[in-house]
Amino acid sequence: MALAKAKKINARVDFTPMVDMMMLLITFFMLCTTLSRPKSMEINMPSNKEDLKEEQQNKVKASDAVTLLLDEDDKIYYYQGIPEIDNLKETTYGENGLRKMLAQKNINAIQKVKQLRKKYAAMVTSNVQKEEQQKKEFEKELGDIRAAEGTPNVIIKASDGASYKNLIDALDEMQICDIGKYVIVPITDFDHQMIDYLKNHK
Amino acid sequence: MGRFAIKKRDTFIDMTPMSDVMVLLLTFFMLTATFVKKEPVTVSTPGSVSAINVPDHNVMTILIDSKGRVFMTLDKKSDLFSTLDEISTKYNLNFTQQEKAAFANASSFGVPISKLKSWLDMDDVNREAYLSSNDIEGVPCDSTNNEFKDWVEAAKEINPDLKISIKSDETTSYKVIKNVMNSLQDLKQNRYNLITNLKKVQAIDE
Repeated sequence: MALAKAKKINARVDFTPMVDMMMLLITFFMLCTTLSRPKSMEINMPSNKEDLKEEQQNKVKASDAVTLLLDEDDKIYYYQGIPEIDNLKETTYGENGLRKMLAQKNINAIQKVKQLRKKYAAMVTSNVQKEEQQKKEFEKELGDIRAAEGTPNVIIKASDGASYKNLIDALDEMQICDIGKYVIVPITDFDHQMIDYLKNHK
Repeated sequence: MGRFAIKKRDTFIDMTPMSDVMVLLLTFFMLTATFVKKEPVTVSTPGSVSAINVPDHNVMTILIDSKGRVFMTLDKKSDLFSTLDEISTKYNLNFTQQEKAAFANASSFGVPISKLKSWLDMDDVNREAYLSSNDIEGVPCDSTNNEFKDWVEAAKEINPDLKISIKSDETTSYKVIKNVMNSLQDLKQNRYNLITNLKKVQAIDE
């Protein structure tokens, strides 16, 4: 008998089913994950002890106080200093309205923050611990500048018709314009009267 | 001249490099995965420049949809479980073990306490479906009936480290937000996060 010839086995394995399965798994993970986690904004509300609020409000110099009134239909009004019936002005959200007005009021602090950012940007280190410490120092200095004497105090009042976006937009301007002292308080009847007055006398 | 013989080509393609890449991609996605938590209502959050990360442990998320309905959820199942206990003693309600388990497994809750029992008695599919249906009322949060406040208070008692974050739709009326914020203020919860989308803004140049 002839010797049995050693059969040459094909060593190739078909990977197609495996690739198919991988594709499915990847699709599953891609659809079920969020790569960019949502960001958030931290907010500090005043304590609602009435006596405490009164005291703090008295400390604010009238020239430093800016009150924003957020009304329905994305309207925004503001007045500076003490509320007076014909003191109210209308403005818009964003770059050319609110931001311009607040930036003018807070020009000193904005410039200081800019310098601070430059200073810390030049101090880049690869040391993790040092970086952490620098970040903390930066935050502290930033906070000091933003809350310094002479920076505007912004009081945000929103009416029931305003939307959540309006509130966030207003709070956002505080960050952009480096304003550290702002507070959200309930709107008063007189504020509504002022808005009505402005609407009727335009 | 003879005809050209058509050469028999090998149609076998080597899939090994492709599967290598696939495995790499898959590993990447598996490691970076943070699963989307199911939310009963879709909210589109407003944009903001602040880039603080949302805390990822011990969070209570308050979800407010565009119609002003309030939903709540806690990230820890055990907290949910004990919070329900706390509420049930306060409102003199008795929940069975099964109902409690159903509550702890729900993605979020948003029914008035009077309807809580019937909601928990539904089967799993119906319970989730009811949350996203139009009939859902949300947790009552106004001056006459403020169950929201009780929930927050109970949850805070169970877990004092709980951080509060509010996720609300752009178009939600400030009226509802005001109620929520006032309730939190009443409970002396003055620090919380507002969840937003990151938005880039040009720096002020002057």
